[in-house]
Amino acid sequence: MEELTVISGKGGTGKTSLIAALAYLAENKVLCDADVDASDLHLILDPNVNQSRDFRSGFTAAIAKEKCTECGLCRNLCRWQAIRDDFEVNPIDCEGCGVCVYFCPEKAINFTENTCGQWFLSDTRFGPMVHARLGIAEENSGKLVTLVRQEARKLADANNLDLILTDGPPGVGCPVIASIGGASAVLIVTEPTVSGRHDMERVAQLAAHFKVPALICVNKFDLNLEQTRDIENYAEESGVVSIGRIPFDPIFTQAMVLAQTVFEYERNSQAGKAVKAIWRNLSSRLGR
Amino acid sequence: MVISVASGKGGTGKTTVAVNLALSIGANVQLLDCDVEEPNAHLFMKPVFAETQTVFTPIPEVDEDKCTYCGKCGEICRFKAIAVVNQTILVFEALCHSCGGCVEVCPANAITEKGRELGVIQRGHRNGIECVHGKLRVGEAMSPPLVKKVRAFARPGKLTVIDAPPGTSCPVIASMKDTDFVLLVTEPTPFGLYDLQLAVGAVEMLNIPCGLVINRCDLGDNKVKEYADARKLPILMEIPFDRQIAEAYARGAALVEVMPEWKHRFLELHHAIEAIIK
Repeated sequence: MEELTVISGKGGTGKTSLIAALAYLAENKVLCDADVDASDLHLILDPNVNQSRDFRSGFTAAIAKEKCTECGLCRNLCRWQAIRDDFEVNPIDCEGCGVCVYFCPEKAINFTENTCGQWFLSDTRFGPMVHARLGIAEENSGKLVTLVRQEARKLADANNLDLILTDGPPGVGCPVIASIGGASAVLIVTEPTVSGRHDMERVAQLAAHFKVPALICVNKFDLNLEQTRDIENYAEESGVVSIGRIPFDPIFTQAMVLAQTVFEYERNSQAGKAVKAIWRNLSSRLGR
Repeated sequence: MVISVASGKGGTGKTTVAVNLALSIGANVQLLDCDVEEPNAHLFMKPVFAETQTVFTPIPEVDEDKCTYCGKCGEICRFKAIAVVNQTILVFEALCHSCGGCVEVCPANAITEKGRELGVIQRGHRNGIECVHGKLRVGEAMSPPLVKKVRAFARPGKLTVIDAPPGTSCPVIASMKDTDFVLLVTEPTPFGLYDLQLAVGAVEMLNIPCGLVINRCDLGDNKVKEYADARKLPILMEIPFDRQIAEAYARGAALVEVMPEWKHRFLELHHAIEAIIK
């Protein structure tokens, strides 16, 4: 079983459009959207949801006014300033640490588990898909990422599928760390801009930190050839394998508007050919 | 006044808007880059960073001579960051949320706190504009505490522009919370619209007035505008797709420096925001 996670550091470099195009090309795979905070893959793959489950994680404190003597111990102990002067807990600030609950002499603080989102088992025209939606302003995105990846693995096992294509989140923090641990490889999609390059270096360092092999492709490479070469040189020096370039092409946007992959939108585009070359390269590296 | 620039979807142009707004207004502005996972504003502002400080979050340190292995610390910890196993105490530093519960509960006073490095904060200036950013240590999972430390540099009496991270979860909330206005930068595509709706949900939850900037407004479809109309969200600026803009961005040049006519439009954007807040 191989899992390829697509990440980028910087947002908007084309992770999801590329995963959708790979979904068209690859066989025997499960699709997994691990960008649970702003998931977009479903907008192209139009999944048919078979099962929907609540994601429960973390707790929030609430003070029962009738028991509270306003002694103030909870406010002194809370490191998140989540308990206001009127002894109401602000749920946005509450970290769910439970320190106030533990120490309240009146046992006046309730602690309830949060429903932070939903996750889904679905079918798409390119095969099964696991995806999720984290509630707005919710925490524990990393745990939800871990959950969707576990479910993708179960689904692959149950259906004898040997590949998981995972769409990762931007950044280098908690949900990204949860997206790459144990993956066969990460594919970093970057762009030849100062910010694309800066963020790519950080996410490549993250992959190295967690000892996950990293591959890289430069999207919109023709926007700045010098920057593209610099990125590829950096990759070579840091043990990241370059697997291709994709030209700037508005058909990615045009295809997205119609909820299509680039191949469904236009059979033989330059961008499509570049993605096919990348997939051939990826396939051999994934032993397919 | 504090204006935060957010988006939902990544790569829509938050940093472009935040940087050019700050550069256009110039005097008495500070730019706080709260996208601590991938801070980019400095690549366009090019400040001289005069100060760098390392930021830590407190985590437990156990004095094993005092520890009686009673296990109370493991009971109170909701994050499985400390546990007693067979007369040994284990601390999983990366999992600790710094709540201090273990320190408080320990009957033997065996636990004190040391620091786990979250990252660094750098502060500098460019043309009189104060620039501050946080840079999360690669491998560190928790960004909100570092975001809060960057926000602590906001000074009353200044116009503070905050460059927020993408998404709608905890680091974004930490960046937008208690700001006076949220500028949501989007693009007219299905991804842009979907993530914008999530971001609007977050802004409404925080009860902050907001307005939109539509970037690459001539690519994609009309649905973002239809949504803005339906929800009565003001569209405060539209930036067309222009290869010259994209190429300037690629090499790290600020829009108002390459195309000075945009300065006027960013000043108008600022005035429009002021009018809404009043």
